[in-house]
Amino acid sequence: MRIVFKTSYDADIRLFKHNAQAFWYLLLFTVAILLPFLVNDFLIGEATLVLIWAICGMGLMMLVGQTGQASLGHAAFMAVGAYSNVIYQINFNMPFLLSFPLSGLTAGVAGALVALPTTRLHGIYLAIATLAISVLTEDIIIILEPITGGIAGIFAPDIQIFGYTFNRYGNPVELYWLVLAITFVVVYAYRNILRSPTGRAFAAVRDSEVSAKAMGVNVARTKMVAFAISCTITGLGGALMGHFATVFTNETFNLIISITLLLIIVVGGLGTIHGAFFGSIVFVMLPLLISVTRDAVGSLTGSGSITIPGLESGIFGAILIGFILFEPMGLYGRWLKIRTYFELFPFYRKDMFRRQKSYLKTERTR
Amino acid sequence: MDILQLIVSGLANGCVYGLIALGFVLIYKATEAVNFAQGDFMMLGAFITLGFTNEHYLGLPFWLSVCLAIAIMGMLGYLLDLIVLRRMFGQSQVAVVILTIALGFVIRFIAGAIWGHEPQSLESPIAGVELRFGGLALGMDEIWVIIITVLLTLLLYFFFARTKLGVAMQASSQNQLAAYYMGIPVKRIHSMIWALSGIVATIAGILFASKGSIDPTAGLLGIKAFAAAVIGGFGSLPGALLGGLIVGLVEPFAARYMPAGYSQIFPYLILIIMLIVRPHGILSQIQTKKV
Repeated sequence: MRIVFKTSYDADIRLFKHNAQAFWYLLLFTVAILLPFLVNDFLIGEATLVLIWAICGMGLMMLVGQTGQASLGHAAFMAVGAYSNVIYQINFNMPFLLSFPLSGLTAGVAGALVALPTTRLHGIYLAIATLAISVLTEDIIIILEPITGGIAGIFAPDIQIFGYTFNRYGNPVELYWLVLAITFVVVYAYRNILRSPTGRAFAAVRDSEVSAKAMGVNVARTKMVAFAISCTITGLGGALMGHFATVFTNETFNLIISITLLLIIVVGGLGTIHGAFFGSIVFVMLPLLISVTRDAVGSLTGSGSITIPGLESGIFGAILIGFILFEPMGLYGRWLKIRTYFELFPFYRKDMFRRQKSYLKTERTR
Repeated sequence: MDILQLIVSGLANGCVYGLIALGFVLIYKATEAVNFAQGDFMMLGAFITLGFTNEHYLGLPFWLSVCLAIAIMGMLGYLLDLIVLRRMFGQSQVAVVILTIALGFVIRFIAGAIWGHEPQSLESPIAGVELRFGGLALGMDEIWVIIITVLLTLLLYFFFARTKLGVAMQASSQNQLAAYYMGIPVKRIHSMIWALSGIVATIAGILFASKGSIDPTAGLLGIKAFAAAVIGGFGSLPGALLGGLIVGLVEPFAARYMPAGYSQIFPYLILIIMLIVRPHGILSQIQTKKV
């Protein structure tokens, strides 16, 4: 157990709590950079996908985990990011370095526009409004066929930076490094936002809107800012996803994707950056695991490979239920508990992470 | 005549939406939780009936299968609350939302594994019979849907307004702690309301499946019903029906008079406009929280 003595006010908002923490994160980053030398190209492709999902997940995490606003429609903003990125590149001949941040900005503006009327709503109503937007986006993409390609979809060109080409199949390792760099920038920005007054305001709104108001936080404005930042990050992730998928249609970013994003952050652990990464690792690795298990079972029983349609989403659902019931803090929460157990050995008690329950009261009058 | 035809089919569709929305509202009214799996409940109820009555499966008499399905879904709803949702007692609404979404995934998977992913239609005595009034052709199924929905809404409305159990259900949502003090078994009430909404979902499912065909993704219809519930005012039973009728009526007219591609966005467009203009629905029951 390490006890950190805080000798200045800056210690409260330092990026790392102590040097050992900084060391471990640096080590992790180094391993991430060196990963292509350790594993084969297929796994590098999967690792790239993990990072992209983690970026999208962080976007939603900013809203759900940090600000406490539910969104069931974040795939819509992934779509905005992906489509605007490609449209800027094809129709306006912009280079990737310009179109990529612009696509994030576009998604952010879209998010702010959505938030403008919906920030008055809260809880369930906000979830419903975002759900409706997610459904609407699919139809709007079809209606805007001249620029989005409609049902036929749109083709994302290779990423070009100063004449150097990044392609998922041509040079997966370079693409991985590019995505890793973007992920690093996003994580750094995310961490900094949390340390700033804006991030503190987010936490205040999440914990209690009433007391945030009493502390002088402009709740409506804070929610809108949270929406804008969250959608910007998700839009960036969506743009990368577009390049990774190379072809995408109106159905690529459907409601299921929105719910998948939610699954990622809940399974990973709400309110933490680690959670987004843990969740996306689970999400990307699960199909692999299922297919391996399926083959193993098939060869054991001698019945060949069994395919049950819809098995994956069924298992996802079951995992999600399991996590919400038994580990609401997600994988990261489990890791924290295990770590605390060993740090405090033998003084760890079962109720250390217990959450307070509250009794419901309705706002309805009848 | 043409318009009348559109109105009747719109009303019938709207009643199904309204019935699913009733299921949402029932649970919301008593537990403050929103069951995003309600559409999948409906699908499951329809499939259970189909499994009992269709020649291809068990081939039992229709009305017997209906009773069996209602009993099974009621029990399922009760057990679901007893085993799964009771653990969520006292935790945030959003967690329950995510939980029920996941539940929907699982139900869809189970239904797909048992009954397959092909659309099937329910062999019911009310399907396919037509009544003619002059040039107007009314499906027997459409008339039945409208009558049953109206009766059920009235029944539930009086259940909540007049009976002791109904009032206890409202009390347990309005202030859980106070309800406990008054001697209301809040947890058992929650299980009962889940059973009730399972039953309502089954009735909606049976009506829906005899109007057309059903497959495991039919549960996604729940999203439209959701829009209906919000438009009408979440927490109000007549509101749910009203919202359902509005959505049901708008759809055929939009499909008729608007260019293709625009028609299906209308329910959601109304929903968003509604949320902006009057966030708590037509028959609103909410006043803003004062600090």
